[in-house]
Formats: sequence, structure tokens, C-alpha cells
Amino acid sequence: MAAPTADRQALGSKSANNPLRVKGRDLPFPLNIYQTAVGKKWVMAVTGLMLVGFVIAHMLGNMKLYLGVVEHNGEMIYDADIYAEFLRELLVPLAPHGVVLWLLRLGLLAAFGLHIHSAYSLTRMNASSNRTYESKRDWLAANFASRTMRYTGTIVLAYLIFHLADLTWGWIPNTEWEHGAVQSNVVNSLSNPAIALIYIVANIMVAVHLYHGVYSMFQSLGINNPQYNGLRRGIATGLAVVILLGNVSFPIAVLFNIIDFDPALLGPAG
Amino acid sequence: MSRRLNLTLKVWRQEGPAANGHFEVYKANEIPDDASFLEMLDIVNEGLIAEGHTPIEFPHDCREGICGTCGVMINGRAHGQEKGTATCQLHMRKFNDGDTIVIEPWRAAAFPIVRDLVVDRSPLDKIVEAGGYISAPTGTAPDANEIPIPKEVADSAMDAAACIGCAACVAACPNSAAQLFTSAKIWHLNSLPQGQAERYRRTEAMVETMEEFFGSCTNHGECSEACPKEISQDFIAYMNRDYIKSKVVNRRLAGQR
Ligand code: HEM
Ligand code: FES
Repeated sequence: MAAPTADRQALGSKSANNPLRVKGRDLPFPLNIYQTAVGKKWVMAVTGLMLVGFVIAHMLGNMKLYLGVVEHNGEMIYDADIYAEFLRELLVPLAPHGVVLWLLRLGLLAAFGLHIHSAYSLTRMNASSNRTYESKRDWLAANFASRTMRYTGTIVLAYLIFHLADLTWGWIPNTEWEHGAVQSNVVNSLSNPAIALIYIVANIMVAVHLYHGVYSMFQSLGINNPQYNGLRRGIATGLAVVILLGNVSFPIAVLFNIIDFDPALLGPAG
Repeated sequence: MSRRLNLTLKVWRQEGPAANGHFEVYKANEIPDDASFLEMLDIVNEGLIAEGHTPIEFPHDCREGICGTCGVMINGRAHGQEKGTATCQLHMRKFNDGDTIVIEPWRAAAFPIVRDLVVDRSPLDKIVEAGGYISAPTGTAPDANEIPIPKEVADSAMDAAACIGCAACVAACPNSAAQLFTSAKIWHLNSLPQGQAERYRRTEAMVETMEEFFGSCTNHGECSEACPKEISQDFIAYMNRDYIKSKVVNRRLAGQR
């Protein structure tokens, strides 16, 4: 390693002997894991995996939008609306109405919070550790996705808030919205091309984020076996593509009236 | 017959750690194409000295790719464009007549510039001091093959031990992370029977020392591309695995009596 002979006196405060940062007092286990960067990457990977699980489940649930109207307890009703009610009824009567859904939401909220906090604090750490080159540098392995994680992530967060305001809270002006009426809310919102475009672009960002995120997750969690490492890129790409196609299909299907809402189809069966 | 090259160099000049640096342009004429990159700098320096200028300070020692002293950014790549090659092993025949070559020192907040192209890499020594060793009773050398080691394990340890500590991984990383270096030093010992007694103490101490000086890995993979020994990022995954285990194991050991 042979450090070149440096005149320590001349180096003064710029001495390489002074750490950039010193780890504070250890918090009790397991919180101390989160005090270190490698530990934060573990948390980022685990919470990322939870979010991926959510995104997949969410996409599969949305597939109900394609099923249109079905008979349910003697009534014709949109399948997507039944699904929304099913989520509120999870584990009823073991748990009261809506409670399990709220527990899932709290878990998701915690995962989002930790994912964003670890991303933020590691990004700060990296910025303070790095000195940029004065000349142009080449990228040999880094790709667009890996270099834009913090931006695609931030766009996803902004989209998430917009998406909740749009379909969960009904805050978007001039868009008709009714609590629990999933199919009509989705169709009312996404038939506006501007809103559909937001959904399409945002879901491309989700896919770009996952293209690197899922691959990176394997490394962060130490899931590595040279014999199978080739699969990791494939899994990440495959997952990103499946989620992209699935999620982007909804706004497009609404624009082309493949998913639609027709109140005339509702009412008593038969 | 060897070709002769006429080149333009853009070299980072900086008088000391606190001084402001800048690029200086030099002509490097009549460079034999079988000179090494460092010999090319030697020739330029002889010219500078003859004209009464201060020569360009650059790091070098063995000049055969084993000591890890050399290393500069050459046209935006650590150790230049050749894969698996240290700066001292890069030859001028890889360049063309008339080329402009930009030469910059390694850059990381933890590596102050000593002068020109020379940076202080002693934070890497700090990481090794924290646990990159084994404690063993000294005495006569043990007999060969006294400790049986599976071939695959020996190979993996040897691949990790190939690290020469040049810091190209840190230089190439946009986060200035030292994960490739640290994981190679850790895995070299953690994979072998001799390294087991201190395995988890070593991992925890080396990782946490690393984090005092360097950034955090985002798995771009620039490090392995830059590495003159082509060390694999697989070791980084092994280190991540052992680090989490170390938090559990060391906690249990601390409570033992
Ligand atoms: C909400 C805003 C978000 C922000 C600001 C954000 C930011 C980041 C950043 C900076 C990284 C580190 C990338 C790297 O190591 O190069 C990351 C990793 C990751 N993200 Fe996100 N992200 C967000 C949302 C999401 C969502 C919605 C998902 C899942 C659908 C997700 C899944 C992942 C995964 C799987 C990783 C890999 C973890 C690892 O590197 O070990 N993220 N995120
Ligand atoms: S001078 Fe020793 S490795 Fe290049």
C-alpha cells in the first residue's frame, strides 16, 4: 500500500489521518446496525424488497379492472370494487373491519420512511466522501439506472403522493371521485390524457429504479454465489419489465376504452 | 522498429495539499512506443528539469504491477484504458501519435493531494490496522499443508489477496467508497482457517474504520472495472454478509462469561 511520504506538518488539517466522520456512541442492538452505512444498506434492501412486494401485489390487484362487471350476492358490480372491499375485510371476523388493511398500510409507511431516510443519509455520506474529477471521466460499469436512483426514487415519491391524492383521497379538482367506487374513480381519472401521461411516465421511473434496485439488493444482502450471479441481472430486468408492462397497461387501457365504466351494467343480477 | 509518438499532456499540477491545483499542458515529443506510461513521464520530467522547471511528481515504486504505489486517472479512467493493468504496466504502444492525454490524481475526500499526482492513501492502512491481520504464536514456520484447506477456499482467498492496495477502486467510485479494497482484505483472511478466530471482530472493526473515511457502496461496479487485479465485487457481498453476522456474534461474545 506504501503511502507516499507525506509531510504531516504541511498537511495540517488536511491530514489523511483525520477521519471524515467518527461514529457516535453505540445505540442498543439492533439499532446500532442502522448507525453504519453497511447496516443502512441492509435496511434499504429489506424495505426495498417490502416495497417491491407491495408493487407486485398492487399490480395484480389492479388486474381486476380488466374483469369488468360480475355477479356478487345477487348484484352486478365491478370486480375491482369487490376487491377493494375484500382488502378491508381481510381476516374479518378475527380482526375488525379495516384493521388488517391499516396494519399493512402502517408497515408500508414504515418501510417507505426507512427506505427514504437511509437513501437520504447515505447520499449525504457519499457526497461528503467524494471529490469530483476536473476532467471528463468515463463510466464503464455504472448505468443510467444506477446513477439516477436518488432522482427516480424522488419522482416515485412525488408520484405516490399524487396517486394517493388522486384515487385514495379524491383531491384532484374536476375529477369525479367517490369513496370505494374503484372502477369509476380509475376511469374518471385516467381518461384525462394529462393524468394518464403522469401515470405512464411515473411507472417508467419505477421500472428504472427497480432495474438497479433489485440487482443492488442482492449485493447489499450478501446474496451472492458466483455460479448463480448471472441470474441476478435477469431477475432485476425481468421484474422491472413485468411491473412496467403491467402498470403502464392500466392508463393505456382506459384511454382506449378497454377498461371502462358503464353505470347501466350495475344493479340487481338477472 | 519502435514507433515514436508525439503527444500532448494535460497534467494536474498542485504544489501541496492546501494549494489550488490546475491543469498544465506539456508536449511529450519523440516518445518510444515501447516506453511504459511512467517512463514517458520520466522523459517529460527530464526535459522539465533541463529547462529548470519543477518535475511532475507522480507515485511509483516497483513498476511491475505488484506494489500498488502507482496510479493516476488517465483520460478519465483509473490506471488508463487497459483492463487489469496498473499504470506502470500500461505501455505507450496503446496510444496513437498526436493523442492528448489527460492525467489527474486519484480524487477522494480522504486522500489529500500531497503534490501533483501523488495522494496520501494512508486511510487504507488504517483499515488494515483495524483488523487486517491474524494473531498467531510466532516460532518456526509451520510445515506446509499442516492445515488442510479446500482448493476452492484457497483459490478464493488468493483472488482476494491479489489486491495491491493501489486505491483505483476508491478513485473510480463516484461515492469514493473503499468497499472493494476492504472486502478483499477481509475475505482474504475470513475465508481461511487461520482467520476464523478473529473473523467477526475483524469484520466489524474494518468496516467501521472504512466508514470513517469513505463513502457507501451503491453497486455500480466501477471498482472492479478499474482494479488492476480485476478483483470481483463478490467479495463486497461476502463482507456485507459477515458484517451483519458480526453484529450478532460480537454482541453474544460481549455478554459471555
Ligand atoms: C419513495 C421514494 C424513493 C426513494 C427516494 C428511493 C431511493 C433509493 C436509493 C437512493 C437507493 C439506493 C440505490 C443504490 O444503492 O444505488 C434505493 C434502492 C432501492 N430501492 Fe428505492 N427509493 C424510493 C422508492 C422505492 C420504491 C417505491 C421501491 C419499490 C418498488 C424501491 C425499491 C428499491 C430497491 C429494491 C432498492 C435496492 C436496495 C439496495 O440497494 O440494497 N424504492 N432507493
Ligand atoms: S509501481 Fe508498483 S504497482 Fe505500479
